[in-house]
Amino acid sequence: MNRDAALRLLVSGIGLIGIWYFVVWVTDAPHFMLPTPLRVAQSLWRQWDIIGGHALVTLAEILAGLATGVAVGLATALLVMAWPPGRRWLLPVLVVSQAVPVFAIAPLLVLWMGFGAASKIAMAAIIIFFPVTTAFYDGMRRTEPGWLDLARTMGATPRAVLWRLRVPAALPALASGLRVATAVAPIGAVVGEWVGASSGLGYLMLHANGRSETDQMFAALIVLAAMALALYFAMDRALTALLPWQPDSITEDTP
Amino acid sequence: MGAPGLHLRIPGLTIGTWPVLAALELDFAPGQTTVLLGPSGSGKSSLLRLVAGLLPMPAGAVLEASDAAPVRPRLAWMAQQDLLLPWLSLLDNVALGARLRGETPDLARARDMIVAVGLAGRETARPAELSGGMRQRAALARTLMEDRPFVLMDEPFSAVDAPTRHRLQELSARLLAGRTVLLVTHDPLEALRLADRILVLVGHPAVPQDIPVPNGPTPRPAHDPAVLHAQAALLERLAEAVT
Repeated sequence: MNRDAALRLLVSGIGLIGIWYFVVWVTDAPHFMLPTPLRVAQSLWRQWDIIGGHALVTLAEILAGLATGVAVGLATALLVMAWPPGRRWLLPVLVVSQAVPVFAIAPLLVLWMGFGAASKIAMAAIIIFFPVTTAFYDGMRRTEPGWLDLARTMGATPRAVLWRLRVPAALPALASGLRVATAVAPIGAVVGEWVGASSGLGYLMLHANGRSETDQMFAALIVLAAMALALYFAMDRALTALLPWQPDSITEDTP
Repeated sequence: MGAPGLHLRIPGLTIGTWPVLAALELDFAPGQTTVLLGPSGSGKSSLLRLVAGLLPMPAGAVLEASDAAPVRPRLAWMAQQDLLLPWLSLLDNVALGARLRGETPDLARARDMIVAVGLAGRETARPAELSGGMRQRAALARTLMEDRPFVLMDEPFSAVDAPTRHRLQELSARLLAGRTVLLVTHDPLEALRLADRILVLVGHPAVPQDIPVPNGPTPRPAHDPAVLHAQAALLERLAEAVT
């Protein structure tokens, strides 16, 4: 991050905290409804060992869910692409699977997989795999027709067309899918923790809420947001570095 | 190189409900460059794609080589766009054909082809780092790398500026000598410089007509009075075909 971007982040942060203080001052809300930023910072400082421990649990669930969801998403897209019966049978099922809200099946997953990490990883994976599958599959389908013509006149094998043309051609589209997946991964893990868990930031927030320890809840929320942001930017950086040939027409100075 | 000739006979070609080509029978002489000329939409690209196997052959159509061996595995294709893969280096792009067939590419030969088209030293460059003319030369190197007796070119130089096109024409005429080449273009000067035989597609559905070609070996100099005279006549002929 360059100095300008760091400065912008700092100004935005100070601005947001200022608005927060202003709202507290105007509404005169009691601290169990809306704590001041200072109280939240104090809570974060004093209870860091508790919050940090729960944050690590949630982070592990997010990362495992991301890995599982991306793996399933890639495999599904390749299956649908390379195997025509898979396309006819699997695609409608995929669409139907997204028609069922994951919030609605969350209690079922906890019932089946228990209070541990497995149900949260499954929840995150279910949310993640669909954008990965559709982005990757669409990318493979939209391979430049001229490349496919060229491959045909060269006597290419179907296998080589898939792995040497369609898959690399779909990587920029897949990268978009991965960015979306990274952004939504924390939702799956936290929803899972709300429904039933013995640890994690979602669990901590639910109990802090129940005890009216709103400052602790806000502290957990800030840690969760920071983790989600760090994850997103790490993914964004990695993808940009891994796909150097992908043209990016929007730079810092683009109007 | 003893490239065979080609024989094509089709009972007409219809795409959708649109009749593109009339019934035709053409012989492409061994080792010669035949240029298909015509305005946009005249069916010249369709004819080339038919030969390349990129369009399904209509019922009753025949495509055979004069030596009776199969045609399709022995042809190379070069399109208007360079079709370089943006994620591969120049060297890997030139060596693409073998990799797509599941063979081990002859990288030493690929390097020779890169030298032959004048891109020595740029082997590791990605296509985005090359100019339009360089990219088209890379596409030519990839076509030569295939080392096929039949070479099909669909407006290969139409996307580059005139001086670059002029140099590319000389380069390709030199490097493709001895092969049976089918070249589609809408540029009369390009046709007159490179062709051993010129066919103009006229009418709808299109019928190919032979046009006399100036004497002399290809690539003919652009300042040759015979070429310039023929260019004017050919341009008028094409303008008639448009109406």
